[in-house]
Formats: sequence, C-alpha cells, structure tokens
Amino acid sequence: MGQNLFSNYGEAVAMLLFAIGFTNLLLQQNLIKKIIGLNIMDSAVYLFLTEKGYIVGRVAPIITDGSQSVDRYVNPIPAGLVLTGIVVSVSVTALMLSLTVKLYQRYHTLNLDEISTRLRREGQ
Amino acid sequence: MEFIRNFPFFSIMLSMLSGIVTSILPKKAARILNAAMISVVFILSVILLVYLNKDGSYFVYMMGHFPAPYGNEIRAGVLEALMAAFFSVIMLLSVLGGHKKLEEEVDADRHNLYYILVDMMLSSLLALVYTNDLFTAYVFVEINTISACGLIMIRRIGRTYVAAVRYMIMSLIGSGLILLGISMLYDLTGHLLMSNIKQSITKLVANGNYHVPLQITVTLICVGLAVKSALFPFHAWLPDAYGYSTVSSAAILSSLVSKGYIFLLIKIIYRVVGYDAMIISGILNIFFCFGLVAMIVGSVRAIRENDIRRMIAYSSIAQIGYIYMGFGLATQSGMEASIFQILSHGATKSLLFIAAIGLTDVSGFSRRFADLTGSGFRNKIAGAGFVVGSLSMVGVPLFSGFISKLLFAEAGILVEGKSIPTLVVLAVSVILNAIYFMKTCIRVYTPWAAGYYEDQRISFKEEWSYGLTIIGFIAVNLILGCTSQPFLDIIHKGLGTFS
Repeated sequence: MGQNLFSNYGEAVAMLLFAIGFTNLLLQQNLIKKIIGLNIMDSAVYLFLTEKGYIVGRVAPIITDGSQSVDRYVNPIPAGLVLTGIVVSVSVTALMLSLTVKLYQRYHTLNLDEISTRLRREGQ
Repeated sequence: MEFIRNFPFFSIMLSMLSGIVTSILPKKAARILNAAMISVVFILSVILLVYLNKDGSYFVYMMGHFPAPYGNEIRAGVLEALMAAFFSVIMLLSVLGGHKKLEEEVDADRHNLYYILVDMMLSSLLALVYTNDLFTAYVFVEINTISACGLIMIRRIGRTYVAAVRYMIMSLIGSGLILLGISMLYDLTGHLLMSNIKQSITKLVANGNYHVPLQITVTLICVGLAVKSALFPFHAWLPDAYGYSTVSSAAILSSLVSKGYIFLLIKIIYRVVGYDAMIISGILNIFFCFGLVAMIVGSVRAIRENDIRRMIAYSSIAQIGYIYMGFGLATQSGMEASIFQILSHGATKSLLFIAAIGLTDVSGFSRRFADLTGSGFRNKIAGAGFVVGSLSMVGVPLFSGFISKLLFAEAGILVEGKSIPTLVVLAVSVILNAIYFMKTCIRVYTPWAAGYYEDQRISFKEEWSYGLTIIGFIAVNLILGCTSQPFLDIIHKGLGTFS
C-alpha cells in the first residue's frame, strides 16, 4: 500500500488537489475563492490524466526521425482529453466570473450567504 | 431505409446550426425558426421510432472516419428515439406556452439569446440521449449546464442570479465528480466507448481484479449525476431556480434537464458498468434510501410553501425521488417504472408550471395562495390545465401519474426486503401529494368575494396560443395515461437491447 502510494505519487497529489479544490468549491463563502476551488479541482483531474498518459522515456506521437515503433510513443488520447477538458473549464469559469461580476454590481459583496440573507429580507 | 440512420445525427446538428443562425435573425424569425426546428426534430425522432419499433432493433452510427475503438459513435435504439421525441415535444410546448411571459419578463434584445440557449439545450439533450462515447457525454453535460444556467438568469432579477450561481456551484461539483470518474474509468479500461468499456469491466469483474478502484469510479459517476439531477439532499438550488426564472425555463429545467442526466445515468448503469456489476457495487441501495427520503421531504416542504411556483418546484424533488427509488429496487420492472415516471413527470410538471402562470396572471401577478382564490374561473383553460396536472401528480386513473405509481407499486411488491418500505412511502407520498395539490385546486375553484380581481379575466380567444399549448399538454398526459401499453412495450424492448 505505502509502496504503491510512493510509486504513484503523481496520482496521489492529483487526488489531494482534487479534494482541496472540491472542499473549496463547496465550503468557501467568497465567490472568487469558490471559482479558484473549481479551477484547482479541474486542474487536478488534468494532472491525473497527464500522469496516467505519460510513460517515462517515450515521446509524443509525432514522427520526426522515421521511427514507427509503437514502443517509442505515448498514447495521445489522454492529452486530447485534457485539451477538451481545459476548453470546457475555461468556458465554465468565464460564466461563473461574469455571474460574480453581476452579483457584485448589484449587492456590493462577494459573500453568497450575505446576498441570500438580503434577498430574503427584501422579499425579491 | 439506410437514410433514416442519419436522423439522430441530423437532429443534433440541426438544433446546433439553428442556434448559430438564430444569432443574426430578427426576433420574430428567431422564434419561428426555433419552433420549426423543434418540430422537425420531433418529426425525425418519431419517424426513427416507428422505423426501429418494427423489429425493436438498434444501430450504431459511426461519427467521422475512424471505426470502433478509436472513433466516436452514436447509438440509436427504440428507447433513445422515444426519449428524443418526448424531449422535443415537451420543449416545443414549454417554449410556446411561456412565450407571452418571455415578452413581459425578458428585455427585447435578449430574446434571440434565449432561443439560442433553448437550441443549445435541445442539442445537448439529444447528444446525451444518443451518444455512445463517455467523454462526449461529459462535454455535452457541461454544455447542458451552461445553457441551463443561461435559461435561469435570462430574467434579470437578483433572485435568478443567486439561483443561477447556486445551480452552477452544485452542477460544477457534480460534473467534477463525473469527470474524475470518467478519467479513472478510462485509466482502468483503456476505452471511452460505452460498449468497449462494458466488455472490459465484465472481464475485470469476472477475474475479481481492481475491485476497489472500480467501486470508487462507479460511485463517483453515480453521485455526480445524482447531484446534477437534484436528488435529495442536493436540491438546495432547485426551488429558487424553478420558482423565479421565466416560466418556459422553469418548465424546461424541471421536465427535461434533470431527466437528461437521469437518462445518461440509466445508460451508464446498463451500457457502461453493466447491471450485474452495478448490483454488486451496492450503490443502487443508496439510491433507494435517498429516493425514499426525497419522496417525503419534497412533499412536506411543498405543503409548507405559500408560493405556488415554489410549491410545484418542491414537488419536483419528490418526483425525482420516485425515479431514484425505482432504480433502487434493482429489478428490470423497477427500472421500467422509473423510465415511465420520467415521461409522466416530464409531461405533468411542465403542464403545471405553464398552467400556474395563467392563474397568477389573473390574480394581480401574485403567487400567494390567498390571492389565487377563484382564479380558475377567471382563466378557465389554465384552471383546467392545473386540475389535470394535479390529478396526474396525485395518481388518479386516466392520467399518466396513475400508471407510473401503479408500476412502482407492482415492481416494489416483487422485491424482497424492499417491498414494505416502497409501498408505505409510496402511499404516504401520494397522500401528501393529494394534500397540497387538492388544497390548491380547491383554492383555485373557490368563489371569490365581489370586486376581487374582478376585471382580470383571460378568455380562450384572447390567448388562443397559450390555450392550445395547455390543450396539447393535457393531450400528452391523457395519451400517456390511457394508452400506456405501447410506451411500456417500447421501454421494455429498449432496455432489452441495452443489456
């Protein structure tokens, strides 16, 4: 068990980061900190995928020196997944940030609980 | 007949393309294009359904130029075609029924944006229904989330912004879990196509390898999708999001968005993990418990609510509880009951939202019960629609809700150890439903004191398109309730090809 943890330290770090991001997204009151948590969480998954996709001593599957041996290259799909994931997380982050701007313009605070309390008091 | 096999692809692309075209059209043309596009998607899906239903078969459609383990695929069977047809007809009725409210509540320059969001929503729902690739499913889950968030905040008031932020946070937590689950599944099996993953998982389970990682992966994906579809206790965002957004959005969100995720979950249960591995993992029992709690908690909160829109929203939590309870029964008949409940709840909940808006319009735009007194007399068609929706929710014969409750009871009786909790909670939940829906119906048809919103009347002639939408919804409800057998056959056949 300890042996596995040490030899797969990349994945272990990714899981740790995922937990940190997840907790931040869930528990932080400040909206900006929530968004930072979201980004840490997504990056952790990308780290996990890259870590899984990389094999020491192999290169990206672009033929430069004429070698077509499968043993020379890594699988490109995890990298493709990471790129797709980054596009998704950028758009989601942009949407969250724009919502935060709107809320800040209206209520002059970034604390979601405070905004909810004020909404309840105003009734609208 | 080979040409028909292109229809799933056509439906997805058509809705995406019309979203792009809508951005440069004038307002009225955007509206017509939207309605036309959804109708065309509906017709294509029905043709596909009829074509596939002849022999109950399915087909796999290759996307791009790469064959199976590398390329992307679409899979269409009878169940997928039924879902696509159902989603498009409910979406069409919801958009038409809420059109007047959209004019009132949303700035004129944002109507095109609204139709773009609706188009994106439909395309992502269709992609979730048809796709055979897990990562594509993830991408469309995110597109679905973004367009749902847009639909909530298109009405620009403080409440909707806060609801949208809450919805986004919950959804992002869900999709983070799904993404991690899919990455781990890819790591375990080396595949992204559903059928290939299932082959690998069957081997892993048979050899007893990687038991713990597999368990964690399945849990992550299932919990992620449960969070996104607002299963209790992840429902905190729901009442505000459904209660304050413009009415078409509320109808679309409650009857389609959460159902899209649930349908993806069904596909993952059958086509990715495999039903046997799913039962071994024990997660269905957890769904069962949370489903039962949701059925009670949602109804109790609905009884305490004094705002008609929020009451209907809380009732959604209970209805989603029914669906997860059906999953939790861990039998084929329980799953079929859940799928019928998806149809029945989708048709009924959107009807209730659209009808409720007609009632509040003739009561000084107030959503409080005291002001709704007698509104059923002032807007007759909305009153009739609300009564039909309520009767269906309570489970009166003739309407779709009766069939789904009957199916749940029949499926529950056969499961040892779960039959008593299922039947008791089902009975209690029906009684609670009856309390708050009948209370509202009685309120709506109580004669009101003279001079009380007397001048606010809406006749069928004034708002014939709204009236026709309500009639359409009632028809869908009656068709599901009175001629349920063909639908049940399709669900049965479709699930048969899944496993």
